[in-house]
Amino acid sequence: MSVTWRLAWRNLWRHSRRTWLTVGAMVFCNVLLIFLISLQLGSYQMMIDNSLATYSGHIQIQQRGYLEDQQMRQTVPAVARLAAGVRSVLGVETVSARGLAFALASSEQRSFGVLLNGVQPEFEPAVSTLPGLVRQGRYLAPGDRGQIVIGAVLARNLKVGLGEELTFLGSGRDGSFSAGVATVVGILESGMDEIDRSVAQVPLSWFQETFSMGDHGHSVVIRVPDLDRVPEAVQTLQGMLPAGESLEVLDWNALQPGLRQAITSDLASAWFTYVVLIVLVAFSVLNTQLMSVLERTREFGVMLSLGMRPGQLARLVGMETLLMAALGLGLGVLLGALLTQYLSAVGFAYPGMDELGAKFNMPGRMYPEVSLLSLFWGPAVVVLGALLAAIYPALRLFRLAPVEAMRAA
Amino acid sequence: MSSISCRNLCRTFHQGDEVITGLDHVDLDIEEGEFVCLSGPSGSGKTTLLNAMGGLDTPDEGEITVGKYRVDKLSKNELAEMRLHDIGFVFQAYNLIPVLSAIENVEFVMQVQGIAAADRGARARAILAEVGLQGLEDRRPGDMSGGQQQRVAVARAIVNQPALVLADEPTANLDTRSAAQFMDLFVALNRQHGITFVISTHDTRVMAYARRLIRMRDGRIVADEQQEPHGMAV
Repeated sequence: MSVTWRLAWRNLWRHSRRTWLTVGAMVFCNVLLIFLISLQLGSYQMMIDNSLATYSGHIQIQQRGYLEDQQMRQTVPAVARLAAGVRSVLGVETVSARGLAFALASSEQRSFGVLLNGVQPEFEPAVSTLPGLVRQGRYLAPGDRGQIVIGAVLARNLKVGLGEELTFLGSGRDGSFSAGVATVVGILESGMDEIDRSVAQVPLSWFQETFSMGDHGHSVVIRVPDLDRVPEAVQTLQGMLPAGESLEVLDWNALQPGLRQAITSDLASAWFTYVVLIVLVAFSVLNTQLMSVLERTREFGVMLSLGMRPGQLARLVGMETLLMAALGLGLGVLLGALLTQYLSAVGFAYPGMDELGAKFNMPGRMYPEVSLLSLFWGPAVVVLGALLAAIYPALRLFRLAPVEAMRAA
Repeated sequence: MSSISCRNLCRTFHQGDEVITGLDHVDLDIEEGEFVCLSGPSGSGKTTLLNAMGGLDTPDEGEITVGKYRVDKLSKNELAEMRLHDIGFVFQAYNLIPVLSAIENVEFVMQVQGIAAADRGARARAILAEVGLQGLEDRRPGDMSGGQQQRVAVARAIVNQPALVLADEPTANLDTRSAAQFMDLFVALNRQHGITFVISTHDTRVMAYARRLIRMRDGRIVADEQQEPHGMAV
């Protein structure tokens, strides 16, 4: 180690309490940043997962243009067979076929427009959390025909209960008049009015029959084990689409563009908080280094008289700051990584989160996502902030005149 | 390089409304290898003249030439370069870096000079041995006596083999025995290495070592005489 580095290191410990206080502020800031960024990234993962798990899945195969304009005629042929093929190609069971039609639902007392959803009862619970939210009765079962599960608000609006019948009127794929009767076997309650007002699920086979769909449906919904595998799965699926059909594979980003926007906006507001934190630490460094430079004015005067240039003195102050920041970085990243790694293994819940998760059929704990980005992005900015904060004290050295400096007390 | 020429040097300082004369039209020539003492009471201009010669302070008027350098015309960085390679300074208050050991204080200057790490250690040890500090290389200034610290300061000043050493009241904080040893060291360095010494002092015992004694008062040179050096009675 060169004498200059040794000098920089020892200068730090001339006032060890002051140095430790500043390093402590950096460590605290780094631990907090690592934890918060990891928690934030983890919560985005959870937010995306939860949001996609409710209904849309990670990926869907649809007729091209169906997402923008949901026309009854824009169908996926042999939808159940395609879903089976996807299961086989991807090696997952979390694939389900669906159909969707607008219909007028009537009970004995009331009529409401609903979006009737044809689903595969044996596969739907694997791609959606809605089947798990049935609070009365049961969810659809394989072999069901003419049974329906509806949302609690819709049931209230239609004034129907379990075992009562609903009549549907709509138009089929070929434009013909369609009608059917289904018995309510389950009422689900998500706690979200929008869902509870609109959910109406029937077996796909009955749906196809009622709405003259033949073997067609409107989408194949796919869930993959984790978000990172989506791009690979999309690529695989694009390669297996039947030739001659204008089908398209849509990932979650295309299915729910609002999610990405919400995350981006949340990130921006979080960064404002982080920047405030980093600026506070930078001021602490500025204070320490400014004090340190002012106290050593006489010594700097001597160094100048020995032939050091002001730039070399400024570099010395920079080295001291870098060492201090490196100490804060090392300790902060170590402690932050240990804490976050532990929480990413055991999970983290705020009061009431378990109950909330149970109610909405979602995880009751959050898991911080430890990555190189979450470990080093925040602390790297802290180091940068510390170095920027040392610029002003270092610049003062360029104004020092050796004789005046050596006269300083 | 060590021949010094000062022409019509003037320097004033302002203290509130009061104007203090540091140097008042000083003309002086010092030849290479001389051992010169600047003497005079406090405020006579000795330190101001030394500072001007070393490029630590800039005169208001006049010209200073030190060897190849026109000191009054140099930029901050050029002055730093001159001090680093051609001039050694010894101060009254030693002015060592307290967190560095004796050898590190000496090495530090060599590192700034760009001397390779491999050479620095050996050269620093050799120079410390030459000033009588063998075995004390790893002591920090706080653990050394005033005389020892001043020897480290001398080692630091001469390690770059300067042609000129400027010493400002170097014995002021030393007892008589240390001061005598110290001046003997200066004389030896002057004789063996041909280093030019310009020492400011108001201590008559130090003046006794000089071959040329320049007396100053109120910023002027009032006497400039050659003498037979006779050292200090301890």
